[in-house]
Amino acid sequence: MRIIPFLFSTIITIVLVVSLNKKWGSIPPLGRFLSPQEGFWQNAEPVDYDYNENLSFAGLKDNADVYIDDRLVPHIFAQNDEDAYFIQGYIHAKFRLWQMEFQTMAAAGRISEILGRDPRFLRHDREQRRLGMVYGAENAVKEIEKDPLSKAAVNAYTAGVNSYIGSLTHSELPVEYKLLSYKPEKWSNLKVALFLKLMSKDLAGFERDLEFTNAKSVFDTDELNIIFPAYSDSSVPIIPRGTSFDTPGIIPIQPITADSLYFKKDTTIRAVEVNKPDRTNGSNSWALRGTKTKSGAPILCNDPHLGLSLPSIWFEMQISTPDMNVYGASFPGSPSVIIGFNDNVAFGFTNAMRDVKDYYQVKFRDDSKKEYWYNGQWKPAAQVLEVIKIRDANDYYDTVAYTSFGPVMYDQSFVSDSTNNTAIAVRWIAHEPSNEILMWLKLGKAKNYGDCEEAIKTFICPGQNMLFASKDGDIGIWQQGKFPARWKGQGLYLMPGEDSSYKWQGYIPQPENPHVVNPAEGFIQSANQQPVDSSYPYFIPGNYIVSRGVTINQRLSALQQATPQDMMTLQNDYFNSLAEDMVPFMMRYVDQTKLNATEKKYLNEVKSWNFFATPDSRATTIYQAWMDSLKILVWEDQFSKILLPTLSGGVRPDEQTLVEALLKDSSFKYVDNVNTPQVETIDHQITQALKLASISLAKEEKENGLVWWKHKKPAIYHLLRTSVMPFAYTDIPVGGWHNTINAMKSTHGPSWRMIVHLTSITEAYGVYPGGQSGNPGSPYYQNFVDTWAKGKYYTLWMMKQDEAGDKRVKGKISFSNI
Amino acid sequence: MAVILTALLSFITGLQFPWWSIAIIAFLVALFIGQSIGRSFLSGFLGIFLLWFVVALWIDTKNENILSHKIAQLFPLGGSSMLLIFVTAFIGALVGGLAAMSGASIFPRRRRI
Repeated sequence: MRIIPFLFSTIITIVLVVSLNKKWGSIPPLGRFLSPQEGFWQNAEPVDYDYNENLSFAGLKDNADVYIDDRLVPHIFAQNDEDAYFIQGYIHAKFRLWQMEFQTMAAAGRISEILGRDPRFLRHDREQRRLGMVYGAENAVKEIEKDPLSKAAVNAYTAGVNSYIGSLTHSELPVEYKLLSYKPEKWSNLKVALFLKLMSKDLAGFERDLEFTNAKSVFDTDELNIIFPAYSDSSVPIIPRGTSFDTPGIIPIQPITADSLYFKKDTTIRAVEVNKPDRTNGSNSWALRGTKTKSGAPILCNDPHLGLSLPSIWFEMQISTPDMNVYGASFPGSPSVIIGFNDNVAFGFTNAMRDVKDYYQVKFRDDSKKEYWYNGQWKPAAQVLEVIKIRDANDYYDTVAYTSFGPVMYDQSFVSDSTNNTAIAVRWIAHEPSNEILMWLKLGKAKNYGDCEEAIKTFICPGQNMLFASKDGDIGIWQQGKFPARWKGQGLYLMPGEDSSYKWQGYIPQPENPHVVNPAEGFIQSANQQPVDSSYPYFIPGNYIVSRGVTINQRLSALQQATPQDMMTLQNDYFNSLAEDMVPFMMRYVDQTKLNATEKKYLNEVKSWNFFATPDSRATTIYQAWMDSLKILVWEDQFSKILLPTLSGGVRPDEQTLVEALLKDSSFKYVDNVNTPQVETIDHQITQALKLASISLAKEEKENGLVWWKHKKPAIYHLLRTSVMPFAYTDIPVGGWHNTINAMKSTHGPSWRMIVHLTSITEAYGVYPGGQSGNPGSPYYQNFVDTWAKGKYYTLWMMKQDEAGDKRVKGKISFSNI
Repeated sequence: MAVILTALLSFITGLQFPWWSIAIIAFLVALFIGQSIGRSFLSGFLGIFLLWFVVALWIDTKNENILSHKIAQLFPLGGSSMLLIFVTAFIGALVGGLAAMSGASIFPRRRRI
């Protein structure tokens, strides 16, 4: 034995192997990662991958078949519901496991556990826990397991997911697990509930209560009501104007202290929410009765607007059992089809935008947070210890106090720096026990509008405008959710929390939620606008959006003999109705004598613009820069006086509000810059705004020619965002803006487009910007994006089992019970 | 001969066992074939280089470079799939060569194949 060479080579080999098997910072274990038999190469699936498979699981009650078609859409044919949901779980995991787990870990505030120590991740995780995401999910699981229908479905779904996880070898793990060097944990019913709370946060978690509270230090509440109006006159409500409403079943009473302790009190608070959902998380939907369609059959359309990601939040599939046959977009993470259709009805959702989250100022007895002052005495606050695991570091402990309002989200140990033991508790509808899954389980089997109306009754959060159309010819919509009955102004600002007088006094009775069936107009449309006109007998604050509803209403009113192709054109419409109103005003007041040649050039381009925000449009870029400049000139002088919170620019009035105010009165008082001794009038500000905008426009013109899509840089990022840029799809030539029907911003927009024509054999079209496979190594990872970007659609195939030999079928997975 | 044996046996164990089984195989092959230390390093190196290169290339071709092109951007390889395959092969080969050296140094010099 040659000792020296032996020791030398053995030690070096061992050191090398150990180093290559270890994660170094963000570099994965290279030996493992690069190994062709174990590493990422194993995720580079052959483009002609064979999807035929035979699988057996004890969890199944019977045999079942799944046909995978040429777009990788699975068509499940099972003998009973439980098997169907088991298989749905398995299939979701097969194609999207990493995404399902990552999203639910994020919902639960467990990002640090995967990604390691970083103040941003810790802040995110603490925020999620303190917001009560897990608290709400735990309450939801209890409700899910109380109902036999949802219990069976969710249990089966979870079992299906776990069957897939259990079958995975190390080399079969999705590539993200290999990059980040960790393994999936078991799936659970709690994770299904967490996924729905994630959607609840995205859709019913946006409010600006704390920002408005701080705005009260500069504006009084009357002024705030003008610049953040509850109603817009130009809005076309979802429920037609003039609809009569029932006498309200509950009339909340404003506390006598409201003027002194609430409206007038100037409270400035430091709390700020970092991971806020997008204000424009919304959607479009509309339905036409047969009277307005060429075929005489109803048409239902829906396009939800969310942050776009790869893998997409949606996954297309068909689920067929002896008493259910449903097709549509599903959520990997939850059983059932969420937006889709069966053989009788179609169902679509847009965000209600209603405010269902309020804040209360509580006073702790001392730093321990163990007691708070409530109704004249010190009450004990439940202490919940949140353990935040951090990869490769010590656990972080965060104690959250729970009061009768809800969790105390902000206190001295988190964000708030108030020194006299005051803290902020959050009351959120998503905390309440609820069973949303039940609605979707029932909708899958709905036979007519009445079944749909019945199915939604127990749905609590997130509030949605639920649109239905049936082959019987009916169309109907409900704004369904559990909404607090508020006295006027309640919940807009932080409320006193030292007694029960500011608590929610009750809920709007479900039958009184806004709804309409078969309106005389022959169509229904919803695009996140106010649901009703001001005669509705309740105060219903929300983050409503006006423009898209206005444009959709214009188009549908004029449309006759509509076809699905007309619907495709409409979903891709780039018309900016707000610009149509604003540009003539800008032209009237701009002072051309003060403009140089470049500025005049830009002016003329906007002047001759047709108000379509097409991808190649220059006028759109110029107009938007001009508007953004104007908004700064109008608002910043006052809003910059608000001290906190300043993160992400704080809150500003909508563009819609400014336009309406100016059109009503060009001497709108905020036009003037209060920091200057002279009074600026609208012509000065409009001209100045153009001049300021032209500076940055001229610079940008050299880079991208001011082409609208190049200005916006539309892109779809992987869920891990900039750390895996090669997994993203960038530079997508799509136009639009949040206020056009085709509501594409930069990374946020129509995440699914669906058109269902309820002829006797259903004709349906759909597309989403992504692909069925969550594997960046698959040819099916992003193959739909181009189609979607071009405004095209795929035909949605409601397969029949006897079509198993169809050439569209790429493979068949046969399931059997052992 | 040692090259082929190293490649083949590593492939077979690689179907079931973790990636570093290449080290075990290269070690054992060098131990039993008994070449000089220098020759053993070369055999171990080339054996794994061959295996990892061929398998990666085969996978990459059937995948039409979809994933390798992305991973080769994630790593500073300018998006070159071929470079990534070479790096893959090289890393495995390094381990194979060193493990083979270790095996060869167990028995004294002058053992010939």
